[in-house]
Amino acid sequence: MTSIHHHIPDHLLLAFASGNLSHPLAAAVASHVSMCLECRAALEAHQAIGGELIEASPDTALSRDMKSSVLAQLDLPEAPVPEYRRSGIYPAPVMEALKGRQPRWKKLGAGVRQCILSHGVEGSVRLLHIPPGMAVPDHGHSGLEMTLVLQGSFSDETGHFGVGDIEIADDDLEHTPVADQGTPCICLAATEAPLRFNAFLPRLLQPIFRI
Amino acid sequence: EMDMSPETTWMLAVRDKRCRESFGALFDHFAPRLKGFIMRSGTTADQAEEIVQDVMLTVWRKASHFDPHRAQVSAWIYQIARNRHIDIMRKERRPVPEALKEEPNTEPDAGQILALEQETRVLKLAISRLSEDQRDLIEKAYLGELSHTEIQEQTGLPLGTVKSRIRLGLERLRHELRELR
Ligand SMILES: [Zn+2]
Ligand SMILES: [Zn+2]
Repeated sequence: MTSIHHHIPDHLLLAFASGNLSHPLAAAVASHVSMCLECRAALEAHQAIGGELIEASPDTALSRDMKSSVLAQLDLPEAPVPEYRRSGIYPAPVMEALKGRQPRWKKLGAGVRQCILSHGVEGSVRLLHIPPGMAVPDHGHSGLEMTLVLQGSFSDETGHFGVGDIEIADDDLEHTPVADQGTPCICLAATEAPLRFNAFLPRLLQPIFRI
Repeated sequence: EMDMSPETTWMLAVRDKRCRESFGALFDHFAPRLKGFIMRSGTTADQAEEIVQDVMLTVWRKASHFDPHRAQVSAWIYQIARNRHIDIMRKERRPVPEALKEEPNTEPDAGQILALEQETRVLKLAISRLSEDQRDLIEKAYLGELSHTEIQEQTGLPLGTVKSRIRLGLERLRHELRELR
């Protein structure tokens, strides 16, 4: 927990606290915060400010029967909501996206495997399994991309990323993350919009593999 | 007997004794303010009340998740309110960080709780000193009305006030985790 060097910048923590990150990015932030005390403390600070803003809000009259209606519901049975726990290298928000199961990997070529957790108009969340020394195809981004290391490590033009580190890449960055030697690198990759691949082939494959 | 805020005292009574009277007191304190806060984002009175109801029921049901060493009741309610607001609007479940649950039967650490309340008073003062424009901006940000790029561009956002709060929070987390191990 103490060896995390790459964190979530404050403005993104605030966006997460206020609920204004796309679902894929929110999943990546929730996962990093699950692993990182520093970002958890910073997030809690934002929540404290949010709380004080509520305290400082003017009282607004409630409907007459609202309180009695809430009190009457206290004893009603509630629909059970499953609570997910960390499992191995996967923090609770990843386990939630996996619906409690272990990932089912699909081959992506060159030994790289992926498991798509969600995919929609807001972007996608997937797990990547990259053998030592292998690269994630060279790509640029059309939105924000967050890559959180869950096992092993990778390096790219901007630095070295180990377990718990999160890389945040924007439109300007074209990079080639390469898994370091040793254990395979497993990371959670969240993108706001589809990646743009530079190589001809991966671009063709993109709709098929839904990268 | 320590000198906790009434809100913390009520919340602990709800958590540990399932006290309805204390829940009623929390409701009277927070529900009207929360409705006002939510309506600042242009949400209608009806929708705001729907969210407030949902939040207050969550406060009752998830009371065991409240940890006075880490959060003021207001901060905890803010977090629930933002998540419920978006869940209701978008019909989805927001990803939330793994809970760090307090060990059952942990004796409240008065020193930690009071340090947090002290820190919150500093925050309250800082917020009360904001200009109207700054206050408006910070409310927009915490109501989820500024995109992350807008937040980044807003140099007027007094985020500096959170720095000492962050340091305190970190100390507290480290202390707490040491005790759990
Ligand atoms: Zn961090
Ligand atoms: Zn990338």
